[in-house]
Amino acid sequence: MCLGIPGEVIEFLPEQPDLARVDVSGVRRVINVGLLSDEPPEPGEWVLIHVGFALSKIDEAEAAAALEFLEGIGQAYEDELAALRDSKIE
Amino acid sequence: MRFVDEFRDADKAHALAARIAALCEPGRQYKLMEVCGGHTHTIYKHGLEDYLPESVTLVHGPGCPVCVIPMGRVDDAIHLASQPDVIMTSFGDMMRVPGSNGAFFDANARGTNIKMVYSPLDSLKIAKANPDKRVVFMAIGFETTAPSTAMTVLRARAQGVQNFSVFCNHVTIIPAIKAILDSPDLRLDGFIGPGHVSTVIGCRPYEFIAKSYGKPVVTAGFEPLDILQSIYMLMLQLREGRSEVENQYSRVVPWDGNPVALKAIGETMELRPYFEWRGLGFISHSALKMREAYADFDAELLFEVPGVRVADPKACQCGEVLKGVLKPWECKVFGTACTPETPIGTCMVSPEGACAAYYNYGRMTRQRVPEAISIELSRP
Repeated sequence: MCLGIPGEVIEFLPEQPDLARVDVSGVRRVINVGLLSDEPPEPGEWVLIHVGFALSKIDEAEAAAALEFLEGIGQAYEDELAALRDSKIE
Repeated sequence: MRFVDEFRDADKAHALAARIAALCEPGRQYKLMEVCGGHTHTIYKHGLEDYLPESVTLVHGPGCPVCVIPMGRVDDAIHLASQPDVIMTSFGDMMRVPGSNGAFFDANARGTNIKMVYSPLDSLKIAKANPDKRVVFMAIGFETTAPSTAMTVLRARAQGVQNFSVFCNHVTIIPAIKAILDSPDLRLDGFIGPGHVSTVIGCRPYEFIAKSYGKPVVTAGFEPLDILQSIYMLMLQLREGRSEVENQYSRVVPWDGNPVALKAIGETMELRPYFEWRGLGFISHSALKMREAYADFDAELLFEVPGVRVADPKACQCGEVLKGVLKPWECKVFGTACTPETPIGTCMVSPEGACAAYYNYGRMTRQRVPEAISIELSRP
């Protein structure tokens, strides 16, 4: 739960501008981007996600490094991805 | 993978190690604390201590949110979950944390309904789908997760959801660092500042450490080279007699943090007069509770919470480990009675806990493990 996981913004949900669909290691889920309302990310940009909320924008190099770090953690990241897979934020 | 090699180049790591060694003054011992559990994980996964001179010791701090929750709060949460019509929701990390009468998983075997969720927003969704139930979210974490709870409460109010509340256990990192600085047990020379907490609070809140306590702070990223570079920056400050706050992780951490997140926390939550931390005891103004204006979302007001106080198990020395006084292998039950499968203390439960990091990477002493270096750091 404390892990920050990188996701690529795919699209914003129509009529819900604070929700966006992101891709995290091939898992596509909806997250809340309200914490970035000062400088909203564009589709194609990367964000660091904590418990369903984008906390900061990151560049692609940082996203790749963060993913590698998480994959190295093993079980904890798999648990986090499994939890994300079950998540149905609206 | 070109991106990743940039952060893991073994030659760069050895070059940094040599520069760190060159900064050591003969006869002086250096103790640097990494506050964040994510950093502890990187240090042991990559065997970074093996790169450091004998005179530089890394001390693991209290920055693992699961590890600092006292047993009494787990008991209180189970009590809440036992009330009629309650669905308790919690991050998966909390499910195995032992209270005095077992963990959430054990409580569920006795009939409570404690569901694992990924996000507080999932908890809110459960509340909307179950209007005849009272859904309580077990909120834990430092400033990294507090904004998510705050935003969820704001959303619940905007959507008029009335059967959702928060059992607030959010803690704040600065008072914990101050408690460690004031502790007579430990003399530290500097701090590797947390990465993700700082994306929210920024770097300014650490300035008192540099100004009032004269200790350098460097906010660091999570890659092995990030940590070695941060250690180099700390050692350089110490060598030059400076104590400043520096930001090694500026590619993610803005100096002023995330103002939207800070505003959401400030709108919905306020500091408690005091809060009990596992191992550190009661620390004043170190945790958050719901503001009065959001009392209708405060599980501590909506339900009777017994406020259980439970002493940690006698054999467990998590307190000393969290303060950095003991290394995990120095605890009497480490790796014997206490393992990740059957944890006695919280430091063994969470993958970010120092004990779990040591255990999982086979660190039983500070003896050098040369193969760790060649395996974990990729060659260019």
